[in-house]
Amino acid sequence: MDRPAPLILLIEDEPQMRRFLRAALGAQEYRLVEATTAREGLAQAASRSPDVVLLDLGLPDRDGLEVARELREWSGVPIIVLSARGQEQDKVAALDLGADDYLTKPFGVDELLARIRVALRHAAQPAGGPPEPWFAAGDLRVDLVRRQVRRGGQEVHLTPTEYKLLTLLIRHAGKVLTHRQLLKEVWGVNYADQSHYVRVYMAQLRQKLEEDPSRPRLLITEPGVGYRLRAE
Amino acid sequence: MTHSRPDPDDLLRRVHDEEARARRGRLKVFLGASPGVGKTFTMLEAARAQRAEGLDVVIGVVETHGRAETTALLEGLETIPKRSVEYRGSRLQEFDIDAAIARHPALLLVDELAHTNVPGSRHAKRWQDVDELLGRGINVYTTLNVQHLESLNDVVAGITGVQVRETIPDVVLERADEVELVDVTADVLQQRLREGKVYVPDAAARAIDRFFRKGNLIALRELALRRTAERVDAQMRGYMAERGIRETWAAAERLLVSIGPTATASRLVRATARMATRLHADWIAVHVETPGSQLGATEREEIVRALELAGQLGGRAVTLSGTSVADEILAYARTHNVNRIVVGKPERPSWRDRLRGSLLDALVRRSGAIEVLAISGEEEGEPARPALPRPAPWSEYAAAAAIALVPTAIGLVIRAAEAELSTIDAAMLYLLGVVVAASRYRQGPAALTSVLSIALFDFCFVPPYYTFSVGDARYGLTFVVMLVVALMMSRLTARIRNQAEASRERERRTATLYAMSRDLSSIRASDQLAAVTLKHLRDSFAGDIVLLLPDPSGRLQPVEPVAYSIDDRERGVAQWAYDQRQIAGHGTSTLPAAVALYVPLAVSDRAVGVIGIRPAERHQLRDPGQRRLLEALAGQAAVAFERLALADRSRRTEVAVEAERLRTTLLSSLSHDLRTPLAAIEGAGTTLLQDGGPTDPGARRELAGTIVQESQRMSRLVANLLDMVRVEAGSLEVQREWQPLSDVAGVALIRTEDQLAGRRVTTDFPVTLPLVPVDEVLLEQVFVNLLENAAKHTPPGTPVDITAEAGNVEVIVTVADRGPGVPAGEEERVFEKFQRVGSTAGTGVGLGLTICRGIVNAHGGRIWVERRPGGGALFRFTIPIIGTPPTVEAEPIEAAELEPTAPWIDQPPSSS
Repeated sequence: MDRPAPLILLIEDEPQMRRFLRAALGAQEYRLVEATTAREGLAQAASRSPDVVLLDLGLPDRDGLEVARELREWSGVPIIVLSARGQEQDKVAALDLGADDYLTKPFGVDELLARIRVALRHAAQPAGGPPEPWFAAGDLRVDLVRRQVRRGGQEVHLTPTEYKLLTLLIRHAGKVLTHRQLLKEVWGVNYADQSHYVRVYMAQLRQKLEEDPSRPRLLITEPGVGYRLRAE
Repeated sequence: MTHSRPDPDDLLRRVHDEEARARRGRLKVFLGASPGVGKTFTMLEAARAQRAEGLDVVIGVVETHGRAETTALLEGLETIPKRSVEYRGSRLQEFDIDAAIARHPALLLVDELAHTNVPGSRHAKRWQDVDELLGRGINVYTTLNVQHLESLNDVVAGITGVQVRETIPDVVLERADEVELVDVTADVLQQRLREGKVYVPDAAARAIDRFFRKGNLIALRELALRRTAERVDAQMRGYMAERGIRETWAAAERLLVSIGPTATASRLVRATARMATRLHADWIAVHVETPGSQLGATEREEIVRALELAGQLGGRAVTLSGTSVADEILAYARTHNVNRIVVGKPERPSWRDRLRGSLLDALVRRSGAIEVLAISGEEEGEPARPALPRPAPWSEYAAAAAIALVPTAIGLVIRAAEAELSTIDAAMLYLLGVVVAASRYRQGPAALTSVLSIALFDFCFVPPYYTFSVGDARYGLTFVVMLVVALMMSRLTARIRNQAEASRERERRTATLYAMSRDLSSIRASDQLAAVTLKHLRDSFAGDIVLLLPDPSGRLQPVEPVAYSIDDRERGVAQWAYDQRQIAGHGTSTLPAAVALYVPLAVSDRAVGVIGIRPAERHQLRDPGQRRLLEALAGQAAVAFERLALADRSRRTEVAVEAERLRTTLLSSLSHDLRTPLAAIEGAGTTLLQDGGPTDPGARRELAGTIVQESQRMSRLVANLLDMVRVEAGSLEVQREWQPLSDVAGVALIRTEDQLAGRRVTTDFPVTLPLVPVDEVLLEQVFVNLLENAAKHTPPGTPVDITAEAGNVEVIVTVADRGPGVPAGEEERVFEKFQRVGSTAGTGVGLGLTICRGIVNAHGGRIWVERRPGGGALFRFTIPIIGTPPTVEAEPIEAAELEPTAPWIDQPPSSS
């Protein structure tokens, strides 16, 4: 409430992109620090302790992936990666390195603000603290204490793995999780390359939870990257 | 008017000459009357002057003969090192033509044009080296003494009494671009000779005094001066002709010389060449093969030599075949506008010529407007060697002798049977035997039969019996009749046999050519063509045959199988034949040291390959008939190769034209599709920025909306273009992962929601559908493009149905619409780049379906369009199931209660 407006560090070399983000974020009462190179970005991250880092993967001096790795070595600040379509592998690599989310250029300002909000919310959650007792989205209600799932008032029965998968997504609601992350957390490290497990279970969850499973609104596929539970 | 108009053929030839001259190097000849006039010195001075002007001057070969002032002129000029050649145990220094070609100077100095190269060199004569250098665009300075000119050779010999062996065809001097006469008076020359300034080869030392007599020198000087004057005169006439000056516009002369198998053939050729030079006429040397002419190896050699000589002296060599020499020559002369025919004067008219008329008589009688010139073989020519018929084998003599015994036996049996046998009857029996022998064997054996018959007849049946005394003069006549009958019969038989053989030979050649042309005409692939060519050549020629074709860089490579080893030297000869489009190698005067003969496959302006033949017998390929057949076959093969090359070229041109058309379409589509949204964005943006622009929030919102919408449209277009580039470049990396199709389709449906608004879009994926191994990003694009395609090309509100069914090895996906469908015949075209079917212009560049095809193909599947029963289009594609789809074990639902707490994760999992 009386905290200062969140500080966002933008590491991006394209002047047009910086100008657009400056306008978009300024209007939303975020404070903005800009850096045009990886070196400058890392320096700013250390000296200004931003609340969110927007990191462009195509920087002139260093690979954006390295910046993410280095940043993650000493900071838990949420990192949102900005990259072009067709660089899915880079995105996955960045996410697996510890980046929190990504945005594909070109993106709209709504999307950007939503990602920032999610990142800020997750950052604000005290580490190891008690979770929210329930989760709601659309006509879905999940009671995490009683382990009950309801859709439109009807109880839905899930298998243990489905439930585990759902709760993991709820925990990171609004944020993308890579196939690898999901596999490791739900099935264990041995399954890290068996991406079809996630896909099959995700399809099952959709059948049970989505209003129209052929057009999922809740359990979103991020092609080539992973899945996201829509939070708002 | 018409008189002064130059003949178009002639003009064309002049244009060709000029073009050829432009490409060829220029030749300047320093012409002298005799050794010692200072040609080399003058040439070097001229070269130094050129050098001083900055020209790249290099010395190919210059003979200083150890003279100091000449050697001084070499100072500072680059010299190409000579090649060392091993010949008969000694090492000789020779001009290195390859090094000269490799060095490729602007101007090369090559002394002594008439020099004969060491055997084993590429060309027999230096003037041939120079010709090749000129052909390769190198300018050459050279020197020449007038006595070395072929046409003056005999004249010089007449004056000086010294026969010069090294001669060059006059045409070489005629074709020279410049001739500079190096002239000194006879007195000065003699003075120089006395001072020892004239180089005289040791061998000729004896001849010196005779040669350098003042009278000789004056005569030679006159020859050189006259020759130069003639040249100037010719240039003058050429100049006038070029400007259509009427006076000199005489009809082009063309001479034809008939060559027979006589030793004078070469003389005839030389004489004709001289005459042609004087008349500035074309000339042709013709040999007619007749079925009756049985040529021995030496005669054949003579003809080939004469024909080759004709080629060297600037004439054209032609071999014809027919039954009558005169008819063939006249027919050829008429069709080729020949106005003079040269024949050898029969030296000793034979009784046969008197009876039936000689070739000369026949020509003179029927030549009409064509002049016939009879030239003697000059001075005291060697008598023509008569054509020697091949001797009959001994077996024929034995058989002939046996035949004479048969009537004897019959006669004796009849007489023993006490029957009446008159002398006439006996004579008739013997005559029958003679006829039989003559009809089967050649003259020798037939004559033997008749002699034996007469002897036996006399011995056995002419009283008194069993003695050789001839009682009655009557029987003398019988002897003569028998002998004449035998000789005439055998001659007739021999002719018939020869004719049959010749026509069989002709038929064989024709059949060979026909078979080859028939086989070649149906071939569409180059390797097949090579195989067929080789097969036909092998059928027709005894020996090893290799076909060499150029690789893309123009270097010849033998086509497998290689019949004999092609080492560097052989390859070099073949390459020369290819580059120069001239026959070379074994049996020719160019690079005769090669083991094989190389015949270029020449078409109008280039060669397409080379045939190499290593003959089984040494003289096999010198036979004009064989040569002709070989050249005809080579011609056929060349045309076939050229036809393939042209077809290939036209195909490539077609492709290029198509590519050009595509580029144009792309440009126009792109400029439209990129500019339209840009125009809208710029328009909306500037309106918003304008002072006094719309202040109404609704209007401002609408403008902003336009900007967003149009940028999204452009974004899709750019994405499509980028995908297209990846598809085209073949750099599409497919990251296959097993996944449910519904997942991929779902994402696409969400992405195209706006475009498909207001339509019923159904999906039907059976529960039994296996997981498919696909790249979800790429496959999603396929769905998106197909859905966008449906949205664009079908009326709003019509439904779209997505279904999938599993086959044995693939999954078939269908996107069905209820639009107008794809017009019949366009089913393939819609998948091509930049194609828009129907009148739906202005909606995209037409890349969507092409990208779909690229992606589906990269997955190993197919994509096509069908008509939908009841109207609309069915776009279908297949995804092959490679490998076994993994299964995921089912799990009981109740188990949820068994786990007390779910693991809670606060931080995102970090990479391990």
